[in-house]
Amino acid sequence: MSIPSELKRISDTVWELPRSYKAGMLVPARIFATERLIAQMDAGVFDQVTNVACLPGIIDYAFCMPDGHWGYGFPIGGTAAMDPEEGVISPGGIGFDINCGMRLVLTKLTWDEVKPQLHRLVDQLFRRVPAGVGSHGFVRLSHDEFCQVAEQGSRWCLQRGFALPQDLEMTEEGGCFPGADAEKISVRAIERGFNQIGTLGSGNHYLEIQVARPGNIYDEALAHDFGITIPDQVVVMFHCGSRGFGHQVATDYLQTFLAVMGRKYGITTNDRELACAPFRSREGQDYFAAMKCAVNMAFANRQVILHRIREVFADVFGRDPLDLGMNMVYDVAHNTAKLETHEVHGRPREVLMHRKGATRAFGPGMKELPACYRKTGQPVIIGGSMETGSYLLAGVETGSASFYTTAHGSGRTMSRHQAKKQFRGEKLQRDLESRGIYVRSVTWGGLAEEAGPAYKNIDEVVEATELAGLSRRVVKLVPVGNVKG
Amino acid sequence: MPYRYLEEIATADVAFAAWGETREELFAACADALENVMVADLDAIRRVEEMSVRLTHGELDLLLFTFLNELVFYKDARQLLLRVDSLTITGTPGELVLDARLAGERIDPDRHSLIVDVKAVTLHRFRVSETAQGWEAEVVLDI
Repeated sequence: MSIPSELKRISDTVWELPRSYKAGMLVPARIFATERLIAQMDAGVFDQVTNVACLPGIIDYAFCMPDGHWGYGFPIGGTAAMDPEEGVISPGGIGFDINCGMRLVLTKLTWDEVKPQLHRLVDQLFRRVPAGVGSHGFVRLSHDEFCQVAEQGSRWCLQRGFALPQDLEMTEEGGCFPGADAEKISVRAIERGFNQIGTLGSGNHYLEIQVARPGNIYDEALAHDFGITIPDQVVVMFHCGSRGFGHQVATDYLQTFLAVMGRKYGITTNDRELACAPFRSREGQDYFAAMKCAVNMAFANRQVILHRIREVFADVFGRDPLDLGMNMVYDVAHNTAKLETHEVHGRPREVLMHRKGATRAFGPGMKELPACYRKTGQPVIIGGSMETGSYLLAGVETGSASFYTTAHGSGRTMSRHQAKKQFRGEKLQRDLESRGIYVRSVTWGGLAEEAGPAYKNIDEVVEATELAGLSRRVVKLVPVGNVKG
Repeated sequence: MPYRYLEEIATADVAFAAWGETREELFAACADALENVMVADLDAIRRVEEMSVRLTHGELDLLLFTFLNELVFYKDARQLLLRVDSLTITGTPGELVLDARLAGERIDPDRHSLIVDVKAVTLHRFRVSETAQGWEAEVVLDI
């Protein structure tokens, strides 16, 4: 049992480690979870979330979401609001895969219409959306053009014909974090990523065809507002990030911060992966501008992939993608730092939100949301394992308890090596097909690592977010076709 | 194999411990441990391309960190899977110099039995230490 004895139950879904738990904690740590989920959390969560609580400038609490698990620096599911004037920015609070995120796309097709074409669809998606180690995208760019992508994100895609205007509106921050500065990224980062636009990556990255079964709709009115309007409607969900480019941006600045953190700024951390610099310092601002480049590249990556998905559907069904109703529900980022205004102790205040393996979940009425979601709250896309299904949630008013942040996925409970020992990729593919899920993967080993039982129960995770008042369930989406990295 | 994957930490990622009688052996073992996360059979990597790298750092652990990052960089930037041919570490603490000869080939999904991509080398629990038997390291990779 890894639960520390100091862990206090604040409510059925809120748990707290007090400042006395660890020397140097500036605020308590709060974990959102049911009793069952907290019992499954590994030792890394408690250690890492309390390390986050030691970072200069942290406001109120270091948080961890119900899908939290052992990460590096922050736990996965870790969230912290920093005072921009007094606080720090840390790549370890964002992750190497900057703006790893989820995108959900509607169709007007029903499962009955798609079923006869499922193999053709998945096979074509598998060919046209490259995945796995060392894969290349179809977009050929010079380094200079890549820098434009990094500064403009989805706007670049719009200019190049890879996006529709409405796609940008349905993307967090319009698909472009302003203030991205390609002068702040290294040539090595460009070299790692400039040919990877339009690629999924590997690990837990995937592209899935899913069905919204009538029995899985939790809130019909909200589902309707989000575009789920017909029984057994088919949707497409995918998960990927900023690829080697973002990984290198984080690696570069981790080293920059490590070199100056103690010597120049007198900051120490419990984990070198939490290397940081004051947000307003030159190094902090340089990283913020470089990180935004990676955020924008990830938005562009997902946008180009959406373009390919639309091409494949158009090809298979012989119809225009818009005639097929292929509009985006939303695109949400998991791994970012962002300046946001939140009410803190009764007053609006600008804070630097670090979210790592956590999703922004703005509630109804928030002005940052597109007009069509101001009443509903923000759509939140939660990716589950390829066996169990995923969820579409909505942000809620009570989300202020976590600076409007919720879970991002189901969270692993089994190591990759254990999963490979326990499952065989070929057998898993056959078993899934017999259960009506057609999977294509670049590798059998990679497929085995992502087997459903390696993850927490997604139903429990999303239920916990609802019980904790962080987000509410709208619809569960079950997989029928999957492309794995 | 002079390395072992650690099941009990960093569940979603991959952690390993590696050993060597010398610092050089340790670095080569870590390189293989990293490549073996991506490729099931290291013997399938043929010696088609060779390259030399020279890296410097004041501290031994961060020299290893820099070296492993180099392998991750070449995997994406040149699609190369690389193993250590020869490696020397010279200099004194504060001014360590690594010279390595690396050999390998471009990623071939048909022949390399690929598993999963290494996104980055993390500094979480990153450690290099001298033991009675030689040297050991612990590394957590982001997957």
